[in-house]
Amino acid sequence: MAINQTMTAELFFQQVPYILPEITLAAGALIIMLIGAFMGDKGARLVTWLCVATIVAAGSMAVLHMPPEQVVVFSGSYAADGFSAYAKLIIALTASSALLLSIDFLAEKKLDKPEFPVLALLATLGMFIMVSAHDLIALYVGVEMQSLALYVLAAYARDDARSSEAGLKYFVLGALSSGLLLYGCSLVYGFTGSVNFDVIAAQVAGERSIGVVFGLVFILCGLAFKMSAAPFHMWTPDVYEGSPTVSTAFFASAPKVAASVLFARVCFEAFGPLQKDWLGIVVIMAVLSMAIGALFALQQTNIKRLLAYSSIANMGYALVAIACGPEFGPKALLVFVSIYAITSVGLFGVVLSLRNTEGERVETISALSGLSRSNPLLASALTMLLFSVMGIPPLAGFFGKWEVILATSASGLLPLAIVLILASVVSAFYYLRIIKTVWFDEPRIAMVPVGASTTLTLTGATFVLAALTLVIGLVGSAASIAGAGFH
Amino acid sequence: MDTLPILSILTWLPAVAAVLILFLPQLIKSPEAARANAARWIALVTTVIVFGLALWMTLAFDETKSGYQFVERADWYGMIQYHLGIDGISVLLILLTAFLMPLCILASWTSIEKRVVEYMAAFLLLQTLMIGVFCALDIVLFYIFFEAGLIPMYLIIGIWGGKNRVYAAYKFFLYTLLGSLFLLIAIAWMAITAKTTSIPDLQAFEFAKDAQTWLWLAFFASFAVKMPMWPVHTWLPDAHVEAPTAGSVILAGVLLKMGGYGFLRFSLPMFPDASNDFAPFVFALSGIAIVYTSLVAFRQTDIKKLIAYSSVAHMGFVTMGIFSGNEQGIQGALFQMLSHGVISGALFLCVGVIYDRMHTREIAQYGGLVNRMPIYAAVFLLFTMGNVGLPGTSGFVGEILTMQGAFNVDPVTAMVAASGVILSAAYMLTLYRKVIFGTIVNPALNTITDMNAREILIFVPLIVAALYLGFQPNLIFDQTATSAVALVDAFHANFK
Repeated sequence: MAINQTMTAELFFQQVPYILPEITLAAGALIIMLIGAFMGDKGARLVTWLCVATIVAAGSMAVLHMPPEQVVVFSGSYAADGFSAYAKLIIALTASSALLLSIDFLAEKKLDKPEFPVLALLATLGMFIMVSAHDLIALYVGVEMQSLALYVLAAYARDDARSSEAGLKYFVLGALSSGLLLYGCSLVYGFTGSVNFDVIAAQVAGERSIGVVFGLVFILCGLAFKMSAAPFHMWTPDVYEGSPTVSTAFFASAPKVAASVLFARVCFEAFGPLQKDWLGIVVIMAVLSMAIGALFALQQTNIKRLLAYSSIANMGYALVAIACGPEFGPKALLVFVSIYAITSVGLFGVVLSLRNTEGERVETISALSGLSRSNPLLASALTMLLFSVMGIPPLAGFFGKWEVILATSASGLLPLAIVLILASVVSAFYYLRIIKTVWFDEPRIAMVPVGASTTLTLTGATFVLAALTLVIGLVGSAASIAGAGFH
Repeated sequence: MDTLPILSILTWLPAVAAVLILFLPQLIKSPEAARANAARWIALVTTVIVFGLALWMTLAFDETKSGYQFVERADWYGMIQYHLGIDGISVLLILLTAFLMPLCILASWTSIEKRVVEYMAAFLLLQTLMIGVFCALDIVLFYIFFEAGLIPMYLIIGIWGGKNRVYAAYKFFLYTLLGSLFLLIAIAWMAITAKTTSIPDLQAFEFAKDAQTWLWLAFFASFAVKMPMWPVHTWLPDAHVEAPTAGSVILAGVLLKMGGYGFLRFSLPMFPDASNDFAPFVFALSGIAIVYTSLVAFRQTDIKKLIAYSSVAHMGFVTMGIFSGNEQGIQGALFQMLSHGVISGALFLCVGVIYDRMHTREIAQYGGLVNRMPIYAAVFLLFTMGNVGLPGTSGFVGEILTMQGAFNVDPVTAMVAASGVILSAAYMLTLYRKVIFGTIVNPALNTITDMNAREILIFVPLIVAALYLGFQPNLIFDQTATSAVALVDAFHANFK
C-alpha cells in the first residue's frame, strides 16, 4: 500500500501515525534540550532519565503501531513495516541501555552535562530515520543526523586529547564517506530520474546502466563505512579506543543495527534487481571484515580495541546474512544483529565497570586478571557475554550464528559459511584469552564495586541474553515476521 | 508409555542442583568452608539420585522394541524441537554417565581445595549437557548439548588443572570447536534440504549420494576430533594430563563416547552410502591409531599421558567396529565404549590416588608401591588387566567382538588391530611393573599410605562393573541388540 497522492492537510494527518516514534524523538529532544538548558549541569541525571524514557517510548510506539504490511508514506520517502519496527525496538533497547550506562561514568569523570543524553537522543532519531528510509534523501538525512551526533559524542571528553583526536578522525573520515554516499546518490538519481527506492528498482529492473552500478558502488561504500565493514573499517579501532567508553558503548550497539538494516534495505529494495552486482561487493566486504576482524584482534591488549575488531568481524557476519538475499537474509540479519547489539552493550558495561582501588579505569586485558576472585558476579556476566558473542550454545549468540548459517545454506552460499566458521574459531581464541585472564590468572589489581546504574544495565543485558536463550523462539518468529516484507 | 518426563528430569536435575549450589550459599552468607561442604554434599546427593533414576529408567526400558522410548516432544525455535528419546544405543551411555558422576564427585572430595563451589557446579552442568547429548532426538538440540559441553570442560581444565592447564584448555577448546563448526554447517544444510531437524525423520530421509560424501566428512570432522581418532588426537593427551582427576575420568569415560555415539546415531544411518565408501578410510585410520598410539604410549614417562594414548588406541577399536557395519562390530563397539568408560575411568582414578599423595605423575618417581599399598596394587592390577583386554574383564569382550566384526569386512585391519592388543599388554604391564613392583627407590614413597575408605568406596562399583560385564556381557547385549540389529538392517537396506 503506497500513499502517494498530492499532499493535503488531511492526508498529512493520515500519515502521521506512521512516524509517531520519530516525532516523539524529535519533540522529546527539543523539549529535553530546553530543560537541560534551564537546569544546567545539575540536571544531567534527570535529563538522561528523560531521554531514556523518550527512547523507550518511541521504540514501543514503533512496535505498537507496526502495520501488518509495508506502508510507504510521505510521497514514498518513508517506509513503516515490520522490518523497521523490529530494528527500531532493538535500537531503542540498546541505545537506552547505553545511556543508562553513561550516568555513573560521566558523573565520575565530571562530564555529566545534559548535552550527552540529548545528542544520543538525536543520534537515535537519525537511526530511526535510517531504518525506515525509503528514498535516497531520507537515507542521507538519517545517516547524517546519526553521524553528526556521534562525532560529537566521540569528542565528548573535551579535555582529553585522545577523545578529541577520536572525534576529529571520526569526523574527517565520516565526512569523506558521506561524500561518497552523496555522490552515489546523485549518480543513481541522474541515471534513474528518481530518489525513490521503488522507482529505482523498477528502473534498474528494466535496463541496467553502468552509471547506476557506479552509484550503487559508491552508496554501498558509504554505508559500509557507517557499518565499519572492511575495507572501510580503519577508523573503528582508533575511535573506539579514544572516545570516552560510554560513547564507544553507544557506537558499538545501536548504530550497527541501524547501518546494517539500512544496508540491507538499500540492497533488497532499491537495488533488488541488481543482486548480481551487489552480491560480489557484499561477499568481498563480508570475507574481508571477518578475516580482518578475527586476525587483527589477536594482538590487541586494549579491550576497547579488541572489541572494535570484534565488531568488525561481527559486521562481517551481518554482511553474510545480507548476501543471502531478500528471501533468506532479513530474518537472519535481524536475529543476528539484535543479539549482537545486546551482547555488545553488555560487554561495554563490563568494561565501564572496571576500576582499580585508586579509582582509575582500566582498559587493558591483563588488568582483568583474577576478576573472578575480586568480583565473581561481574566475571560471570563477562564470561557469559563472551561465550555468547563466540556463538557457543546454549547462549543467545549461537542462535544468531545458526540463523546466518541456515540462511547461507538456503541460498547456496556455503563457502561463505565456511569462512564464517573459520573466523569464529580464530575469534574464539581471543575471547577465550579474556576468559582465561578472568578465571585462570591470579588477581593483580584490586577492583572496586561498580555503580548502581551500571550494575542495573549489566544485569539487565546479561539477563536479557539469558532469557533470550529460553524465548529464542519468540525472537525467531518476530524476526521472521519482520523480515517477511521483502518477497 | 510412561507419562513421567524421566529424560527431562535426568537431564535438568543436575543443572538445577548446579544453580542451587551457586546461589544458595550467596544467600545464606555462610563461611567458605561450609559452602564448600554444602556444595560437595549437594553434588553427591544429586548425582546419586540421577544414577538411581537412570538405573530405574534402564530397567523400565523395553529392550525388545527398536524405536525410541520415553519420547518427549515440544516446539521450541522454528523447526528446532525440544525432542528427547532413547533407544538401545543411548540408554546405556546415559547409565554410564550417571554411574561415573558420583564417583567423580567422591574422587574430588578432598583433592579439590580451591573454588569447590564453582567446581561442583561446573561438573553438574557438564552432566546435564552429557545426558542431553545422549537423549536429544533433534539434531540442533544435540548440537547445542554437544557444543555447550566445551564451556564447563574448558573451565574445569583451565581453573583446576595442572601446570600447563592454559595451553591444554585452549587446545581442547579450539580443536573441538573447529571440528564441530563444520558439523554445524552440515546440520544447517540438512535442515534446509530435508526441512526437518528431527533425528528419526533425518534417518529416514535419503540424501543424494554426492551430498552424503560432504555431509559425512563434516560429521566426521567433528566426531573424529571428539573421539579422538588419529591424527586429530593430539589435544587429548594434553587435556588429560592437565585436567584434574575427575575431569580426566569424565573426558575418557563420557566425552570421548560422544564421538562414537555420533557415528552410530548420525553417520551410519543418515549417510549409509558414504559410510560404506569411507569405511576403508576409517579402517586405515583405526589401524594406524591402534598401532601407532600404542607405540607412543609405550614411550611415555607420564602415567596419565600413557593412559591417554591408550584411550586413543582403544577408541580405534570402536571406530573399527562401527564402520564394519555388521552386528558384531556395532555391538562390540558399543560394548567397548561402555567398558572403556569404566576401565579408563578407573585407571585415571588410580592415577589420581597416587597423584593426590605424591603430586607427581612421573613414572620414574614411583616403584615398589606394592610394599606400601597392597590394596592399591590389587585394584590397579585389575584395571591394568582390563585395559589389556584379559578375558574375564569387560575389556576383552569389546575388543574381540570389534575384531570379529572387522574381520568379516577387512581381515587385514583386524589383524593389525590384534597386534594392538599385544602392544597394549606390553605398555600396560611395563607401566605396572615400574610403578608397583620392585623396591622403593624414591624415599618420599616410604611414608605413602594405602587407599582410605572413601577411595575404596569409589573403586568398588568400578570393580564390580568391570568384572560383571566381563563375565556377563549379555547384560549389555540384551539391551543393545534390538537397536543394533535395526541399525544394521537399515544400513544394509539403504545403500544401493
